[in-house]
Amino acid sequence: MATITAPAARRALPGLLKSRPAAKLLTLAVAAVILVPLLDSRWGSGHWPHALTVSLTGPLGDASDWVMNNRDSHPLFLYFFGHISNAVVLCVRGVYLALLAMGWVGVTALGALVAWRVAGVRLAAGTAVAFLACGALGMWLPTMQTLALMVAAVLASVAVGVLLGLAAGLSDRLDRALRPVLDTMQVLPAFAYLLPVVLVFGIGVPAAVLATVVYAAPPMARLTALGLRGADPEVLEAVRSLGATPRQRLLTARIPLARKELLLGLNQTIMMALSMAVIASVIGAGGLGDRVYQALASVDVGAALAAGIPIVLLAIVLDRVTGAAGRAADNTGESRRTVWLLALAGTAVAAVAARLLGRAEWPAGATLNIAEPVNHAVNWMTAHLYSGVPVIGGTADWAAHFTTWMLDPLRDGLRALPWWSVLLIVAALAWLIGTWRTALTATLAMAAIGVLGVWDSSLDTLSQVLAAVAVTLVLGIATGIAAARSDRVDRMLRPVLDVFQTMPQFVYLIPVVALFGVGRAPAVVAAVVYALPAVVRITAQGLRQVDPAALESARSLGATGRQQLWQVQLPLARRSLLLAVNQGVVLVLAVVIIGGLVGAGALGYDVAFGLAQGDLATGLVAGAAIVCLGLMLDRVTQPTGRAKKGA
Amino acid sequence: MRFRTTLSVSVAAASALALLTGCGAADMTKQASPFANAGGARSMTLSVQSWVGAQSNVAVAKYLLEHKMGYRVDTVQVDEIPAWDALSQGRVDALLEDWSHPDQEKRYVHDKKTVSYAGGLGVTGHIGWFVPTYFAKQHPDITNWKNLNKYASQFRTAESGGKGQIMDGSPAYVTHDKALVKNLKLNYQVVFAGSEAAQITQIKQFAKEKKPFLTYWYTPQWLFKKVPMTEVKLPPYKEGCDTDAAKITCAYPKTPLRKFLNADFARSGGKGAAFLKKFQWTTEDQNEVSLMIAEQKLSPEEAAKKWVDAHPDQWKRWLP
Repeated sequence: MATITAPAARRALPGLLKSRPAAKLLTLAVAAVILVPLLDSRWGSGHWPHALTVSLTGPLGDASDWVMNNRDSHPLFLYFFGHISNAVVLCVRGVYLALLAMGWVGVTALGALVAWRVAGVRLAAGTAVAFLACGALGMWLPTMQTLALMVAAVLASVAVGVLLGLAAGLSDRLDRALRPVLDTMQVLPAFAYLLPVVLVFGIGVPAAVLATVVYAAPPMARLTALGLRGADPEVLEAVRSLGATPRQRLLTARIPLARKELLLGLNQTIMMALSMAVIASVIGAGGLGDRVYQALASVDVGAALAAGIPIVLLAIVLDRVTGAAGRAADNTGESRRTVWLLALAGTAVAAVAARLLGRAEWPAGATLNIAEPVNHAVNWMTAHLYSGVPVIGGTADWAAHFTTWMLDPLRDGLRALPWWSVLLIVAALAWLIGTWRTALTATLAMAAIGVLGVWDSSLDTLSQVLAAVAVTLVLGIATGIAAARSDRVDRMLRPVLDVFQTMPQFVYLIPVVALFGVGRAPAVVAAVVYALPAVVRITAQGLRQVDPAALESARSLGATGRQQLWQVQLPLARRSLLLAVNQGVVLVLAVVIIGGLVGAGALGYDVAFGLAQGDLATGLVAGAAIVCLGLMLDRVTQPTGRAKKGA
Repeated sequence: MRFRTTLSVSVAAASALALLTGCGAADMTKQASPFANAGGARSMTLSVQSWVGAQSNVAVAKYLLEHKMGYRVDTVQVDEIPAWDALSQGRVDALLEDWSHPDQEKRYVHDKKTVSYAGGLGVTGHIGWFVPTYFAKQHPDITNWKNLNKYASQFRTAESGGKGQIMDGSPAYVTHDKALVKNLKLNYQVVFAGSEAAQITQIKQFAKEKKPFLTYWYTPQWLFKKVPMTEVKLPPYKEGCDTDAAKITCAYPKTPLRKFLNADFARSGGKGAAFLKKFQWTTEDQNEVSLMIAEQKLSPEEAAKKWVDAHPDQWKRWLP
């Protein structure tokens, strides 16, 4: 008897360990059993122990005073930052003056001709209409200011991104060093970047451009490296056997082969720069973002929308044109150059003709006032939906219930957890879904929040993120399934998703307050609106890519539509669903932070407070906590594959 | 061959860098906005703060400068404290409505001398706690802070938990409300609306339903014309009672609002600077323009034009 059970037991243990999740949890449980009593006896089990915090108020306050007092005298500023700032101002000014010199006819013609060459007649018409719409909305000058800022920022981002990408693409060691940094930078909310640049450069265009570059360069760098590393080894071998030097190989083979990735990088950089151009209005970027921000001050949703529409139009046009450039990768030949020259000549002729006719500036009478009807519509909506709707209650009641029954218990629950158990949960989640490395990063990030002394407000923010993500996923996945199953729904949704993905959040913050009152609920709603498109897209795409053969065989076995969905499509699209969760979390965090402007409090309010009061200590600490929170949330939801596959 | 190309590339790069940066020091505190002066005309940049009263000052000044004096005016929205910094750096030329910032004044006006005082705006500001007048009429004793706790339960919202809610506004504004609530032992929770826009929207929604609310608010403010509000009297302000921000138990002072200019601009800004120094109007004037902007949704420029057309004697005095 004994001889039989012994081997069985021996086999059972490795069996348990072989089931990897169980093994991981077991290891963690053992660690917890040893560590927790220790931690508990030393520091107690309530909130983050005060003994483990480091107050940065003093040093940060001193640093900020030093910068303020030395900005006009210290060599570091005179010979380094000063020149950077100068170069940015010169560059933006140059582009702006050029755009003004071309006049609205010239700019529209140039845009349309470039779009025509790159992407065909339909997009050219779309581009022209988009530019004319900007003028018709009375936003020509702000649009040109934003465009000038964007051109400078995108050029700088591409330069920085390509340099970093080349380094990471050619050297394995640099790649290992840069990858985690770039990965992290891409998940950080834009709001967190503002304070450090403002401190050094002060409010204004240079700070705005530099914040934009920091925000928009990482995708370029990542995709450049990816493209260089993905080059077909056989082609490279062939080029090498022809006796090409390393530099020739790079210039004639590797970079041309990576063209697709480079253009995709450009596309993403432009999109991120545009979204940052609006947020940077908080630090004096001017242009369209500033118009949105000023309209917000007088609670004028219509005016905010009038400035928001050009941003959406610019985004959609730039996205489609650069996307088309990426697809039409191998369209070479002599005729191309002459056509380009013709296009440029056409622009020049149009611009000069308009100038001679005295029409360089947008005609003052030819503007359309959309603000008034929009405001009427918004007022009507908020007046009728806010409260007292029969049976279902008004939006204000929903918001109150959501706050009382969802946000409050979540926040209080998180705060009631002993501090070490929060770390433990983070570690367990991150390890189950990723590697021990991601688990360690996530846990350290969470611990750093405690050390910074903002444990309570971070948990408040976290509770808002969790609630918003839950709502986003329910709505997003349901909509995604509908879009995947019906082409008509998909076609109807696409423009709506485009608009909501690119519309500056500032535009809908105020209607959201009018509907849901001041507090955390409107922040959650705004976050859901912003994150929903990405989740819908990724879900729909994932479901559509499920192997048709698998579906066919399920169908032939007599599975109903519902069974196909639950037992075949959703399980097979697991990767995409995980990616949707990850994206949802990252996007939600970005907006929950901005929600500090509508009463969400917590970390977002602290950053806004730091910016508004020039209080570096509060603002930077909150910014750092946001960074840690973003890092933790990303790692906890990051499927293992990304770290391994990478390329 | 390869050596020569590398050499030429690096020489080109170095010279480009030198060209780009110039060769000497670059003082970024003397750099103007890239969008300024683009029309070739005399130009200046005014800072606008996020509240509508400040928008009105700037709108009228801008209209007069552009239409009566031939300037081209750019505006940038900046909160007050960053505006002081921008003013010192010359990124903006003027701050037309300052609600008293002694620290900044000491640093920039007295120590660094990069900002200079440019006279009063003619408007006196006052911050306080307000309840809607419809509520104060039903409960007249609410106007004394000692009775606030009695009504706390009526001011409860989902955000304030079990306590009453006092709503604060933008993080840019001067506020001691957290300390006041604590030191006066009030059963209230300060809820930060996070922006004036959010606060106004919420006040309007409350007023539409005649709900009671308690809010941090200030005069002069156009919203009083739409939602009449009555001030709750806090313990009276005495000189110096607000020096220790954590121990405050007194009301907010009455603040004469003031204008500040960049020091270089004040010296060499010519007629534009002289005009801004003379610019001075009353609370009623400011509210008239603010109401047009905020309630009738006129653009600031249209509102300014209406006011300018209606009050020629007023502004003719400001022209140098």
